[in-house]
Amino acid sequence: MTQARDEIKIGGLGASRKRVEDNRFVRGKGRYVDDIVLPGMLHMEILRSPLAHARITSIDVSKAWQIPGVRLVLTGDMMAARNLAWMPTLSYDTQAVLATDKVRFQGQEVACVVADDPYIAKDACEAIVVEYEPLPVIVNPAQAVAEGAPVIRDDKENQPDNVVFTWEVGDKAGTDRAFAQADVVSTLDLHYPRSHPSPLECCGSIADFDRSTSKLTVYMTTQAPHIIRAAVALVAELPEHMIRIVSPDLGGGFGNKVPVYPGYVASILASILLERPVKWIEDKTGNLISTGFGRDIYLRGEMALRNDGKILGVRMYTDSDHGAFFSDAQPSKFKIGLLHSAFSCYDIPVAHLVNRGVYTNKAPGGVAYRCSFRVTEAMYFQERMVQAAADDLGMDQAEFRRRNFVRDDDFPHRTPWGFLTDSGQYGKCLDVGLEAIGYQDFLTEKEEARKQGRLLGIGISTMTEPLGAGNSREYDILGIKMFDSAELRVHITGKAILRTGAKSQGQGHETTWAQIVAHELGIPAEDITVEEGDTDTAPFGMGTYASRSTPVAGAAVSMVARKVRAKARKLAAHLLEVSEEDIEWELGRFYVRSAPDHGVTIQECAIAAYSNMPDGMEPGLENVAYYDPPNLTWPFGCYIATVEVDPQTGVWDVLRVVAVDDCGVRINPMIVEGQIMGGLTEAYAMANMQFITFDAQGNCVGSNYMDYLLPTAWETPGYELHEVVTPSPHHPIGAKGVGECATVGGPAAFVNAVMDAIRDTGVRNIDMPLLPDRVYEALTKRHDVSGAPPVRTDDE
Amino acid sequence: MYPSRFRYESPRSIDEAIALLQEGGGEAKVLAGGQSLVPLLKLRFAAPELLVDINDLPGLGYHTVDPDGTTRIGALCRHADLERSTVLPTRQPTMAAAAPLVADPMVRNRGTLVGSLCHADPQGDWASVVTALGGHVVAQGAGGRRSIPMAQFVTGPFQNALGYDEIAVEAVIPAPHGKPAGGYLKLERRVGDFATVAVAVAVERSHSVVTRAGIALTGVGGATINAVEAAQALVGHPLTARTIGDAADLAARAAQPRTDHRGSAEYKRQVVRTFVKRILTGVNEPTRKAA
Ligand SMILES: Cc1cc2nc3c(=O)[nH]c(=O)nc-3n(C[C@H](O)[C@H](O)[C@H](O)COP(=O)(O)OP(=O)(O)OC[C@H]3O[C@@H](n4cnc5c(N)ncnc54)[C@H](O)[C@@H]3O)c2cc1C
Repeated sequence: MTQARDEIKIGGLGASRKRVEDNRFVRGKGRYVDDIVLPGMLHMEILRSPLAHARITSIDVSKAWQIPGVRLVLTGDMMAARNLAWMPTLSYDTQAVLATDKVRFQGQEVACVVADDPYIAKDACEAIVVEYEPLPVIVNPAQAVAEGAPVIRDDKENQPDNVVFTWEVGDKAGTDRAFAQADVVSTLDLHYPRSHPSPLECCGSIADFDRSTSKLTVYMTTQAPHIIRAAVALVAELPEHMIRIVSPDLGGGFGNKVPVYPGYVASILASILLERPVKWIEDKTGNLISTGFGRDIYLRGEMALRNDGKILGVRMYTDSDHGAFFSDAQPSKFKIGLLHSAFSCYDIPVAHLVNRGVYTNKAPGGVAYRCSFRVTEAMYFQERMVQAAADDLGMDQAEFRRRNFVRDDDFPHRTPWGFLTDSGQYGKCLDVGLEAIGYQDFLTEKEEARKQGRLLGIGISTMTEPLGAGNSREYDILGIKMFDSAELRVHITGKAILRTGAKSQGQGHETTWAQIVAHELGIPAEDITVEEGDTDTAPFGMGTYASRSTPVAGAAVSMVARKVRAKARKLAAHLLEVSEEDIEWELGRFYVRSAPDHGVTIQECAIAAYSNMPDGMEPGLENVAYYDPPNLTWPFGCYIATVEVDPQTGVWDVLRVVAVDDCGVRINPMIVEGQIMGGLTEAYAMANMQFITFDAQGNCVGSNYMDYLLPTAWETPGYELHEVVTPSPHHPIGAKGVGECATVGGPAAFVNAVMDAIRDTGVRNIDMPLLPDRVYEALTKRHDVSGAPPVRTDDE
Repeated sequence: MYPSRFRYESPRSIDEAIALLQEGGGEAKVLAGGQSLVPLLKLRFAAPELLVDINDLPGLGYHTVDPDGTTRIGALCRHADLERSTVLPTRQPTMAAAAPLVADPMVRNRGTLVGSLCHADPQGDWASVVTALGGHVVAQGAGGRRSIPMAQFVTGPFQNALGYDEIAVEAVIPAPHGKPAGGYLKLERRVGDFATVAVAVAVERSHSVVTRAGIALTGVGGATINAVEAAQALVGHPLTARTIGDAADLAARAAQPRTDHRGSAEYKRQVVRTFVKRILTGVNEPTRKAA
């Protein structure tokens, strides 16, 4: 008890300490890539394709070269001469750096100009004359596989069509048998629209090649600096020790800053050619139309049901739209990421999934937009199918879920698609949520309102998701295993510096990592500096995405602190003049078991490590730990929303949102709540307003913030947060990932609520976002409303 | 984003500003709040050679109601000034309803009503309001001042009737004769969004009979739509469910919406109809959210 109280005092586990990084952010003292100015620095701008699919017949750069202040004009041919026109992708495909033969999506990089300032570079881009011969455009999977569709990737051998891959998991025959025995088969078709992670800071880099030392330093907006260093070493064939990647403060990432983008590569080449620092800062439109997107996947879902509500089996047929290059940034061994983690919280005997990936004339590079790869789609499909199934059975949606949940005493549980879930209290979370929202009362209120022609609805979404990429059996990037690392150095006075292989981009690592060390060593959190993002100083790690920081790097922090504590124990024994076995540990202090008043603090051990170590002991108090987790972590979320739909306009307002999250032990509850609120806001955005779509010509609709909508504080609903704690059985401090739970589980809660409100129409699905006109169409025309591109216009 | 090169001047008097516009000879642009012009510059959709910043011109920040009831809005009166106005809620309820719905708070701090009229965006809110109220714009050039009725001021999408060397110095709303009422409803996807559909309605009544009416539509045509027939259907009658229904139907018919990613043409017409009805049936509390 006193230990717990002391621990809060020193900012340990469970302390809602204010985020230390905010001190500089709220003062405007953050240091982002664009804040960095190097002597002699030049500026690069990118010329992008206005067309979605066209053959390049000529590129004339002569006028651009004539503009004073222009230092370099790069085209695809110049890249090709250096074997850099194409680069390998994280998904073992190739991606154009600068287009040589064709452009394959609107916004594709065609040329780069380096000049004395960005205005000149932009002027010069406009002076480049490119002639295009337009080709037919493909904006969805149906078009991609249609008879006679133009082949987008005619650059590749053995690519006769637009299918990237077909991937299958599960037991087809067994699933067929389950369906044969079903009382009811429930089906659902839907599209999870393309969205964009849209960090406020766009991508950018400053490449600085120093000929005299042969050293290349790149300041870069990256969530995974070490992976970038490895990639640069492999792609540019530079010696790895001569490359330093620095990821300074990041203005958000959300998965967008995992991939390698052509702008990075071009700026590096430009710096090597010019022997001067070259800065490239992407603009908002460039970011939205060309960099890693999220989702864009189509579902045909089928569920075999028994009349009593038991799910007997599930089929999912999905089509994923990868854009022009298969450059999905994901580390799993599965082609379509963790899509098959769907239904993990339900006890389903058998299931089968087939996914077909296709090329289209859209921006490439699906990223895990605030989720483990494809988990957001998985859980959305799952929870929409669950609601449809409950409706088809005429069963209460809460009760249907409860009947099918994996029970608390059934762990570890093998899911039908092979994951091993290890812990949870699903029924309890649902109960807490239903209680908080006042479920029965709301159902009554809804009935009353219905009699007056008002449309109220309630939506539930419950899910467990695999967080923490990875464990090295199933996850790697370019063959590198998905572990992570931490290095802790305790100084003479007992202060410390901690470095990890992760990279915060808003998650608050500088705050929470110090709290883990405080918990393990009793050093006050404020005495610990946390540093990340510089490959010359940080230990090798895989970066931050997939909610993996706490499950993997956070675990490494615990482990390294324990190693340090083990050495401190030896020092304590020396100082206390007893043997190690006679020593006990309490937060921040070793003492003699038989004489508890006789003890030394961790700080005293630190001084001794440098001034009074026992004979034969290496001086210093520091260590490094690499941690390869035995499994993913499996948090659980229950999200419940209530809405009212305006029958005359289709506009819907959120009445209440209740979130119950079980992410195991919470290191900093305030930060956890912040993550959940942020996640719910992104969920609301996707359900309500946010999508990137394309017209029939492949023009991107959603290329700026007038069309790609981020909700403001004004329309963002209020959230009521609750918690249940089921510690992770394998994580050193029992924590699970949480950064992405609400983004993943939230959308279905909102959509289910609107669908519930218009239940009387018999409509099964409206695709996200549930724009007012789509809801109105469903209400008045009583049919499903698809949101798949191309967008409807008068021009058709 | 990086605009093309331009020259920048900030004159201290209207005469000086007009002289600069003449010097620019059609390649100059007035800069008021900059909330429409600057985005065009940074996207290089506009590349004027000279920007004539009028923000330092004295005495243009006003909005006042003359003793005879005429409302005048100076060229540097910001959206935020109108939002916080104490006179508008009683004297110009349609304007008061619209002010908090234009853009977002940051844009409202800088953007001007007159600039919005000049910009002539079919999705601009103020043009509908001023049209419904039968207002006009006062332009000043080298030859002096002239008045341009709102219905003639906007000549097409993003086009107005000003000469290249004229500055719009104020917008004028004539004095109402009966008791003014009305409202503005806007369907927006989130704060700061342009209207998918918006409707301005202004009526004047004497002994509950409508003596004058104006209805104008935002976002449902190539320019602001003046729904004259819909408004006429109200004049000479008290507001009843029937007259309101007729006006709503006529307004929906006057709309010329296009199907796009914000909604189908049919849907947008329906929203016009609903909004006219809601405003006229008095559901038009000047609330933040349109619907
Ligand atoms: C994020 C965002 C959201 C917005 N949302 C909305 C919205 O929902 N509804 C809406 O109506 N508007 C919206 N706007 C536009 C905003 O209202 C602008 O303030 C307004 O359209 C233009 O006014 P301004 O004073 O900023 O004009 P400026 O941008 O300075 O000028 C616009 C044009 O008018 C000309 N001009 C301006 N003043 C004069 C003058 N006195 N004489 C002659 N010519 C002149 C300029 O030369 C220029 O061509 C939005 C803008 C932004 C950036």
